[in-house]
Amino acid sequence: MRLNKILKNTLLVLTACLVLSACATKKEVATDIQGQMQGDVYTGTDTVEYLADGVPDRVFFATNESILTTASRETLRAQAAWLRKNPNINVVLEGHADERGTREYNLALGERRANAAKDYLMTYGISSDRITVLSYGKERPVDSGSNPLAWSKNRRSVTVKAN
Amino acid sequence: MIKKILILLFILIPIKANALIEVDITRGNLNPLPLAVSPLSIDEESRKGFEKILKKENIGSEISNIVENNLRTSGLFNPLDKKAFLQAPDIANLKPRFEDWNLIKAQALITGKVNYIDDKLRVEFRLWDVLAAKEMMALAFTTVPNNWRRVGHIISDKVYERLTGEKGYFDTRIIYVSEEGPKTQRIKKLAIMDQDGANNKFLTLGNELVLTPRFNPASQMVTYLSYFKNMPRVYLLDIETGTQEVVGDFPGMTFAPRFSPDGKKIIMSFAKDGKSDIYTMDLENRIVEKITNHPSIDTSPSYSPDGKYITFNSDRSGYQQIYVMKNDGSDVKRISFGNGLYGTPVWSPRGDLIAFTKLHKGKFYIGVMRTDGSGERLLTENYYQEAPSWSPNGRVLIFYRETKTNSKGEGFSAKLWSIDLTGYNERQIKTPTDASDPSWSSLLSN
Repeated sequence: MRLNKILKNTLLVLTACLVLSACATKKEVATDIQGQMQGDVYTGTDTVEYLADGVPDRVFFATNESILTTASRETLRAQAAWLRKNPNINVVLEGHADERGTREYNLALGERRANAAKDYLMTYGISSDRITVLSYGKERPVDSGSNPLAWSKNRRSVTVKAN
Repeated sequence: MIKKILILLFILIPIKANALIEVDITRGNLNPLPLAVSPLSIDEESRKGFEKILKKENIGSEISNIVENNLRTSGLFNPLDKKAFLQAPDIANLKPRFEDWNLIKAQALITGKVNYIDDKLRVEFRLWDVLAAKEMMALAFTTVPNNWRRVGHIISDKVYERLTGEKGYFDTRIIYVSEEGPKTQRIKKLAIMDQDGANNKFLTLGNELVLTPRFNPASQMVTYLSYFKNMPRVYLLDIETGTQEVVGDFPGMTFAPRFSPDGKKIIMSFAKDGKSDIYTMDLENRIVEKITNHPSIDTSPSYSPDGKYITFNSDRSGYQQIYVMKNDGSDVKRISFGNGLYGTPVWSPRGDLIAFTKLHKGKFYIGVMRTDGSGERLLTENYYQEAPSWSPNGRVLIFYRETKTNSKGEGFSAKLWSIDLTGYNERQIKTPTDASDPSWSSLLSN
């Protein structure tokens, strides 16, 4: 019986160790990309360019998703305001996916992401005539890395001046 | 560009229906059949004739090398080292001394001779069962000398068919996307080569992005996706004449094209407003039909060989899964229910299986399942691989595989690989550049 108890205690200690070490590794990863990702959506500014002062050119997406985050909606409102001020500028919305999906599905996903951005611009008064959607799927990554941070930068819709 | 081959094929001696050696290709073949490919014999005059036109010192040996290489790469045969052969090629072709071939453990023997007659290349070859001391097959072809590689492939196909009971796949070509340059700015060109990697040619210059070329099973036409003028559209290319045309008049991206089995229709996806649906276009009357109508992504369609059904990829359940429907879009059924995501379904030319790409826990798999989704078998696991394409006999899958980059984003590569349906005999197919999106042609000759 006693032996049993000792064994049980050792097991408990062992499990505790395992849990702790697992935590430690997880934390390391988290600090590595701290401030650059929320969930798996990129929140950094490394790759972002600006259409005008205070008007970022791109929004980012979670894996397999095309839902706009709060930050993305803010970016798109700034783009809409800039487009209203510059009625002669037309844009191409380039939708992209990361490399962790099959090519054809990713082409469709890129199109869906760019359309999510297009729909939002339209609700803020930008005519669909001024917007062209173009999907590149996974063909044009900005970061060639094979890691979650690189993938998060590549899951994007970029607004590019067409003229 | 590709000359129509004119091959006179006649049987020298009728094939007897005796049960001789047989190779069972339904099982993973861990013990490939030992066989001897005796170099095709050639007389001095013919040898000189071919040397002059083809710049090959001994065309007989060259053709035999092709046969040997094909049979070896199939994984079903083990061609023995020529140095061990005891009998000279010319004498072996007349009447093999079976004891000599038995001694080196050959169970089958291929012999033959090649002649230069009236500016033509004439080949005859025989397949022998060494243990039974009997001839299994004897054939002869006459063709233009430039077709010498194809002669090697046709001999390989005949031997494969005689010994396995199924059609071969050696006299075929592969169209694929050649890739060069950094990962963030890949230059992609359409390229075509023989199944064994010979005769590689580039079909586009790399000025625009091109993806997913697929052969018409009934002709030398190819359909593919091109970003010409930054408008991703499905195109049709005639590889004999080089003429190209856009398929259909769609106000947006068309992609994921494939031919119907009779070659008369193209099936593809059209993306608009965040939805992708499947359409067909009849190549004769240009009539476009909408096959699926769903707010989800429906893509990667592929017909069953009888043309009655279509398998495709959809995320209507929330994630990428494989579905089967009738060719008019009715009776849609989900068939993939395992763990993970499923994409790129391709119906086997034999009709009984669907090959697919599966993503599960960060790994990519190439697998096959029955057309009702039962009997899922994963053939190979890797960091990234997708886009299986069937050999015309439905025994081998070709696909592409990408490597992980290091922390500096270096070390990326994309290569073509093939694997037997049994999961054995995985091998890389050498290409002059990086390569992806392979598509296997039908047999060029039958």
